Amino acid sequence: MTAFSTAPFSPAEIASEGIKPEEYDDIVQRLGRHPNRAELGMFGVMWSEHCCYKNSRPLLKQFPTEGPRVLVGPGENAGVIDAGDGLRVAFKIESHNHPSAVEPFQGAATGVGGILRDIFTMGARPIAVLNSLRFGELADSRTRRLCQGVVSGIAHYGNCFGVPTVGGEVYFDAAYNGNPLVNAMAIGIMETDDIVKSGAAGLGNPVVYVGSTTGRDGMGGASFASAELTDESEQDRPAVQVGDPFLEKSLVEACLEAFKTGAIVAAQDMGAAGLTCSTAEMAAKGGVGIELDLDLIPVRETGMVPYEYLLSESQERMLFVVAKGREAEVIEIFERWGLHAVVAGTVIADPIVRILFQGDVAAEIPALALSENTPIYHRELLAEPPDYAQKAWAWSEDSLPDSEQAGIALSGSENTSWTEVLHKLLGQPTIASKNWVYRQYDHQVQNNTVQRPGQGDAAVIRLRPQEAVPGYRPGGTTRGLAATVDCNARYVYLNPYEGAKAAVAEAARNLSCVGALPLAVTDNLNFGSPEKPIGYWQLANACRGLADACREFETPVTGGNVSLYNETVDSQGTPQPIYPTPVVGMVGLIDDLSRTCGQGWQQEGDLIYLLGVPVEQTGTAIADGKPLVTLGGSEYLAAIHGQATGQPPAIDMALEKRVQAVCRHGIGQGWVRSAHDSAEGGLAVALAESCISGQLGALVQLSLEAGQPNQRWDRLLFGEGGARIVVSVSREHQSAWEAYLNQHLASEWQWLGTVQGDTLTLATQDGQTLIADAVESLASTWHTAIEQRLAGES
Amino acid sequence: MKFAVIVFPGANCDRDVAYVTRDILGQPTRMVWHEDSDLSDVDIVVVPGGFSYGDYLRCGAIARFSPAMQATVEHAKAGKPVLGICNGFQILTEVGLLPGALVRNRDMRFICDRVPLKVERTNLLWTAGYTAGQVITLPIAHGEGCYYADEATLAELEANQQIVFRYSGLDGSVDEKSNHNGSLGNIAGICNRAGNVLGLMPHPERAADAVLGGVDGLPLFESLVRSLVAA
Repeated sequence: MTAFSTAPFSPAEIASEGIKPEEYDDIVQRLGRHPNRAELGMFGVMWSEHCCYKNSRPLLKQFPTEGPRVLVGPGENAGVIDAGDGLRVAFKIESHNHPSAVEPFQGAATGVGGILRDIFTMGARPIAVLNSLRFGELADSRTRRLCQGVVSGIAHYGNCFGVPTVGGEVYFDAAYNGNPLVNAMAIGIMETDDIVKSGAAGLGNPVVYVGSTTGRDGMGGASFASAELTDESEQDRPAVQVGDPFLEKSLVEACLEAFKTGAIVAAQDMGAAGLTCSTAEMAAKGGVGIELDLDLIPVRETGMVPYEYLLSESQERMLFVVAKGREAEVIEIFERWGLHAVVAGTVIADPIVRILFQGDVAAEIPALALSENTPIYHRELLAEPPDYAQKAWAWSEDSLPDSEQAGIALSGSENTSWTEVLHKLLGQPTIASKNWVYRQYDHQVQNNTVQRPGQGDAAVIRLRPQEAVPGYRPGGTTRGLAATVDCNARYVYLNPYEGAKAAVAEAARNLSCVGALPLAVTDNLNFGSPEKPIGYWQLANACRGLADACREFETPVTGGNVSLYNETVDSQGTPQPIYPTPVVGMVGLIDDLSRTCGQGWQQEGDLIYLLGVPVEQTGTAIADGKPLVTLGGSEYLAAIHGQATGQPPAIDMALEKRVQAVCRHGIGQGWVRSAHDSAEGGLAVALAESCISGQLGALVQLSLEAGQPNQRWDRLLFGEGGARIVVSVSREHQSAWEAYLNQHLASEWQWLGTVQGDTLTLATQDGQTLIADAVESLASTWHTAIEQRLAGES
Repeated sequence: MKFAVIVFPGANCDRDVAYVTRDILGQPTRMVWHEDSDLSDVDIVVVPGGFSYGDYLRCGAIARFSPAMQATVEHAKAGKPVLGICNGFQILTEVGLLPGALVRNRDMRFICDRVPLKVERTNLLWTAGYTAGQVITLPIAHGEGCYYADEATLAELEANQQIVFRYSGLDGSVDEKSNHNGSLGNIAGICNRAGNVLGLMPHPERAADAVLGGVDGLPLFESLVRSLVAA
């Protein structure tokens, strides 16, 4: 660094932009001079993990990204796939974890706003939103406040914008105390002929700023999102943006109208790092430069300096490159919708981002240095699994109290019956009904919602042209899109590779349970710090698991989001990382919407079957020497015994694919009337949920006798894994269905019982009762658990 | 029958209404921009749901001043049909075509659900497709759907049979348990004295397509078209 004078910034100033000393040296090398304040800020946000994936990019490379249906893969605002019949579906997931931790309402609301913009920037109209949420324990009043704030923030934005929130998942675990996760996935249908891309083109073309004004809100949100949360983080509230869904609703209409004129060459949403990111990415992708004059940007406050303009994360803004001479046409559309639209810059030949302010050059940086050609860190992977994992893997069921047919003696109490255990599990917020959550979301607007939240294992929406098509009659399209977001993060924590595979398998299984063929994936990697060996070990192994599983299921990854540094530094200064949480958002296709099903029993007398590992093989089925069905990592182990340990269920990919294909075929033939996967809480909870949903009872006889010695009844009832799906089939189709099962699943299925009455009864082969209770009583526990805890009860 | 659907900035059920009137019922449907004031070519005006002008200030309070709403008032005064759904109902009360007001739900939270409603009156062009006392299920989705009016107005509504839909149980029982948002008298929808203006919080346009699992809203639109063709 001797060639340059000493830095005009103190090490503290450089660090406050999230830039490491060696990165600062790199910046000086690239510029051939020291950056000014504004430029330093631009590098700070663009070189944050949030924008440039410097820690995760080498890992993300292993994801399969191509497939016959993929029209747009990673790198654009959203992925796009071909859904047939000329319908193209754009979808993507994004996190807003850090903002939601300090300002839950606006943090979650703007998370929804951001992902919606990603979709309509491509020329697609958003048709559905899903959310994947993680909170700490509801016993904590701060968690209750976060949960209520996040849910009402999502509701506020989505409801007002007019996009149905059709599904999602919510987990509660102490691992997320103080660091909730808010991931939002949006899906849209292309409304323009051409997919709108973000690469700038056409020298001399005007750069048009559209949407809302720029202010000091959300300053440096991307850098903020790439650091651990501390007790002082709440003082960073100005780093949280404020959303206006009404403005965004006008913006989507104006954008889609503008795109249809053919005058828009490229478009980029202003999300993280606002003007800096949009100019740099558009220039870098197009291999050109952009000159932007800050004096022309509409502002909501006076006296801002370039640094503030460039790092502002004011919401509901976009940048367009417009065909020269057609500016007026575009501006008229936005003004009609009451929005700003001004020419603020030009596409230039020099591949640089040049920012003008009050007649001077305020910043000038090679576009590629901000986007694309950014730092990458290859980190060392631990040679041995870390201690915590090895300890967990050494756990065995033998450490649990003996289990009897009548129940289990829990510490400090007499025998607890299996029925009582089932109630406890149904009352766990992670398992309990999320009705309190989704009742606040408009899940029906747009008239396409076929399976409402809670109705099936995945959301199902009807696909139809978004525009009025002359002569179009309903019924002309019979296709549906199914979508789900999944991740059992405890599994990932205990074994990142197997856990990540399990997340993909579960997503595919959930789609299969509504009869949909899995097509493609968008992923949201929520992890702790990659700079710590354990954090990187989790991230690297989970990415490998996702990649392997996506390849197996032929579901390419079309994009996603990375959120690292999800750690809370407590008052003692000890960082507490979250569970590694690679959320898998998956979409699938249903050819005929009359052939889909929910999770509840439909008809008294229907036959109940278990697909996947049969009950009597619960303790013996293995893959790679690890059990397929186990109490390791289970909700039972966590909720009843207070332990998050063990080896989570191993995934037998071949079995998963066979079971899922059989389930889809059964639904497609009209044989299967309900399907529900066995996930958290195992077989007993899956059966109970099908009872509750269908408001019908079931008599289930397990293929084991009560007197068997050393039987782990808890593993039979509540063990998780095994590629399992519980389905119900009408008697008239019994022979066709069973013949098909014999042919395709050999011994990996069994008849379990019958839908009947208003009681759920699980009994042994010799008639001894394991579980028996009225469906109404189970339903009451399941329905009221979350609301009661939010009210501070129990 | 020609429908007009008013499009305010922030309206988000306009396209859903048009989907029913144009695509399902095959009726000509014109989307009318809020700044337009010519409704002379249309028979039925629908003021759709959503968040007109962001619902800032108060739901429907800004929409009432739009040229399209002024034209809608004239349309109603001429005795022609006007339907307000959800935010549209709120706007109709703000503009004075219907009495009372819609305030925050009792539990202060947005509610999205499918709920049973009792049809209180069937001798209207809106409800001729239902049977007296029929219980139908329609979707609701609102944060401010709690109907309020002073006692005199309520008495008048009752006396003139202007209450068209009430929140009820599946068995038709009208009580506190079936009242989701705290509306006085479990009121879900009312008409003006002449019966040509109907406002309701539930969404009949979201229950008009069998693939979505319920068609109890369809008779409302069908009977409207039939009544007008017959007239």
